[in-house]
Amino acid sequence: MQDLTQATAEHVYKSALRRGKFVDRLFEYATHFFALLVLAVVVGILVLLVYGAAPAIVAFGPGFLTSTEWNPVTEKFGALVAIYGTIVTSIIAMLIAVPVSFGIALFITEMAPQWLKRPIGTAIELLAAIPSIIYGMWGLFVFAPLFADHVQPWLIEHLGDVPVIGALFQGAPMGIGMFSAGLILAIMVIPFIAAVMRDVFEIVPALHKESAYGLGATTWEVVWHIVLPYTKVGVIGGIMLGLGRALGETMAVTFVIGNAHDISASLFMPGSTIASVLANEFTEADGKLYTSSLVSLGLVLFLITFVVLAFAKLLLLRLTAREGKRT
Amino acid sequence: MNVYMRRRIINGFNLTASALATIFGLFWLSWLLLTLLVHGLPWLNADVFMHNTPPPGSEGGLANAIVGSLMLSAVGILVGAPIGILAGTYLAEFGNSSRLTPIIRFINDILLSAPSIILGVFVYEAVVVTSGHFSGWAGSLALALIALPVIIRTTEDMMRLVPDTMREAAAALGTPRWKVIFTIVYRSSRAGIMTGILLAVARISGETAPLLFTALNNQFWSTNMNQPIANLPVVIFQFAMSPYDSWHHLAWAGALLITFSVLLLNIFARIVLRPHQRGQ
Repeated sequence: MQDLTQATAEHVYKSALRRGKFVDRLFEYATHFFALLVLAVVVGILVLLVYGAAPAIVAFGPGFLTSTEWNPVTEKFGALVAIYGTIVTSIIAMLIAVPVSFGIALFITEMAPQWLKRPIGTAIELLAAIPSIIYGMWGLFVFAPLFADHVQPWLIEHLGDVPVIGALFQGAPMGIGMFSAGLILAIMVIPFIAAVMRDVFEIVPALHKESAYGLGATTWEVVWHIVLPYTKVGVIGGIMLGLGRALGETMAVTFVIGNAHDISASLFMPGSTIASVLANEFTEADGKLYTSSLVSLGLVLFLITFVVLAFAKLLLLRLTAREGKRT
Repeated sequence: MNVYMRRRIINGFNLTASALATIFGLFWLSWLLLTLLVHGLPWLNADVFMHNTPPPGSEGGLANAIVGSLMLSAVGILVGAPIGILAGTYLAEFGNSSRLTPIIRFINDILLSAPSIILGVFVYEAVVVTSGHFSGWAGSLALALIALPVIIRTTEDMMRLVPDTMREAAAALGTPRWKVIFTIVYRSSRAGIMTGILLAVARISGETAPLLFTALNNQFWSTNMNQPIANLPVVIFQFAMSPYDSWHHLAWAGALLITFSVLLLNIFARIVLRPHQRGQ
């Protein structure tokens, strides 16, 4: 009798164990499958973009990247204008965003009193939460008219005659153009760069900073000679992350860049970026070659941002790896 | 002027500059929000919620676009959240021994910042071209792909915060792995995972670029996900770019609606996360 109960108990126990193991394996496979889906998506994006771009690649060859022509009527397409606009607007954005983000990160980590750190950090992060189309509308209807009336005439008058850089500030004050697009991009990427900088500044061991303060260093000297060298890799990673965002930002740029298929030296002239061309023309594109050329632009953008973001991630990983070794 | 004086001046100058940089950042935020209130509030009335998007130059509302946006985002998150949570679970719980795990994490982080318009082109090629027409499903899929990396990332991070001793304690009682994950790990990281989902909702509800050539737009009331469907971001884009005043007013009302929902979601998500962080 006792043997029997024990046998039953053992049986119940073993079947429960087996069931548990089975569900375990099922669950693990399910999670594994969905994790691999991420890789599949990226591979899928690449494959489909190449497939969609194939007709244009075949028709134009590598010349696609260096041609400035964009003519749907004669079906001649080149990517240079859009690539140029993308790079120029991103450079303007980084020139403004990097110092400002650095200032914000410095203020939050070293200067702000404890009770102010969180509200300011949150407010800056909320800048990142505002949808990009809102930036676009605001840029077009509010910022551009003010900029054209009050800032641009002054810049054109005072900087327009300066040799070399004068060429950058020519033309009619329209408000919209590459400079406005770059400025709005800067505002949009500031929260991303500032957040990374703040996070990496915070991992600097207090001991390092206190040692410098103990030697009589000023706050600025501590930041410049201790914090920045320690976090250099992470700071560059954050900047690249912001650059990746700026390169691919679509709606805000589409509103304010003016959408012209020209390359002009002046930053006040309208231009276009890869993303803005896609947003404007994709649904209206008729003809296989036209659509395919747009997909090729998308492929170029994907490759550029992928490289920039991968670089950013590698730098940030290097910082955390070093951090792990030291503690 | 001795060297101490100079150092102090440099210090004062640079710190002032950094405080000004912070004010610079906050200045744009307040200007943007103020603009939205000034331009949007006068036009945000009951009509906006009661009527459909009007033909050019006439009065109307945004009812169909609001409903369309809600449907697109809901389907997007319903697809993206379970996949994201499971994938995040793999990275946090099972993937430690796999050599693919760092690669998946790396690719996911890139996907997190990848231009959303590229995802739009991808879904266009994958769904719209193959099915032959624009549809709400395609739009939702694009949104799901944007939500996915956000959810994977937060899920993994939050599950990693759960101390291993808790898993070991449960495992020592003979609890199978899946039960440990469901009853111990998920339960203690619930607030964090919810935050990730909320942030993903906030992110996709304002996304415009991927919807332009997937969900397209629809002038009429439609809840058919198999057809082009109206949605707030694309309507705002179209109306703002138009020359009609009445369309502009609706665009501002819609912009105000979207921005404040997104900001509220964000703030709410942060409040949800807060006690969790403090507990660690």
